[in-house]
Amino acid sequence: MTFLRRLISLAAGARSVGVSGMHELGITQSIIDIAGRNAAAQGATRVLSVTVEIGLLSGIVPDAVEFCYDACAAGTLLAGSRLIVRAIPGRGRCGDCGGECPLDPYTFACPACGALTLERLAGEELRVIELEIP
Amino acid sequence: MCTDCGCPPPEQHHHGHQHDPKHGSRHHDHDHLDRGNVGADTRTVRIEEDLLAKNNRLAAANRELFRRHQLLVLNLVSSPGSGKTSILERTLADLKEDLAFAVLEGDQQTAHDAERIAATGVPVQQINTGAGCHLDAHMVGHGVEHFDLAHTAVLFIENVGNLVCPAAFDLGEECKVAVLSVTEGEDKPVKYPQMFRAAEVLLINKIDLLPHLRFDLEKCKAYARQVHPGIRIFELSCHSGAGMAAWYDWLREGVQKKKI
Repeated sequence: MTFLRRLISLAAGARSVGVSGMHELGITQSIIDIAGRNAAAQGATRVLSVTVEIGLLSGIVPDAVEFCYDACAAGTLLAGSRLIVRAIPGRGRCGDCGGECPLDPYTFACPACGALTLERLAGEELRVIELEIP
Repeated sequence: MCTDCGCPPPEQHHHGHQHDPKHGSRHHDHDHLDRGNVGADTRTVRIEEDLLAKNNRLAAANRELFRRHQLLVLNLVSSPGSGKTSILERTLADLKEDLAFAVLEGDQQTAHDAERIAATGVPVQQINTGAGCHLDAHMVGHGVEHFDLAHTAVLFIENVGNLVCPAAFDLGEECKVAVLSVTEGEDKPVKYPQMFRAAEVLLINKIDLLPHLRFDLEKCKAYARQVHPGIRIFELSCHSGAGMAAWYDWLREGVQKKKI
């Protein structure tokens, strides 16, 4: 774990040259960039909280984003702010029987009819939703 | 573990917790959806901006550049050691008289792969991602500045060997080509479904080794089609040359389609 922390702080330090560590680190950096730009546009000097949506089919692990957040926020308008993650569960619709069902990343077949034609309706979201500023 | 990673004390902290606001984890002590006005001293600013928007915008610019040059761009993804570079070496050696290639080599460190490609005489550019686990559209946009795209038919982008992270990042390619070798488990497609869903083509490499292994080729293909029913599969060995002809036909066909 100490090694992981070192890796994250190393990679976070390298962000100015466009390098990211695990892919959640790049995503976390995007949260900081988008939120920082919007906060600055509002004339804010600091941010209290940032709310993001992370779909559970997006391939991005919310815990890993939370883990990186403080390191990425350090030294920015976001320093000391709280990250609020809204996880969006996966939902799918079967292309054969038309039924809707919950989806996790390892659901491949329609639970009702077994067809492999599930269309993803929700769960791929990766968005900054809102900021709370003083 | 929690003392090491700086998480809150155990009574507030749940590993593997759900992030649904209704479940009340440590981050969800109030409901933002119902909160129109947050009081006199704070205010809420709506943003609704996609986290991959910047990468996707740059990928769209790359795609437009590639379209203008009628370029077939393939993003090779796999775990380390599946034979991406070896497949490229063989493909370039066999087809370079017919097709003009260029190769972007993504690795965390070293120029070893770029040196192997350079030995074939094909233009190559190495991108070292350092701590980075994937290529992104920004790196690729700058990487291709080194090539004469007007006189290139096929650009191969060899991504960092990693079946997780590169799946999320569009580079502006025509499609992702996943490589899986028979010395790996046949269940890789269901273990890493994100990547095999994202790939249009699957190259099953090192089939010359099948007699020595317990790899179930049919099962592997069934797993891949379970994750991605329409995936195009080629079985080949870049070492023996078995199955390479079908892959070459697919490449030539792809180049022809770009010219129409």
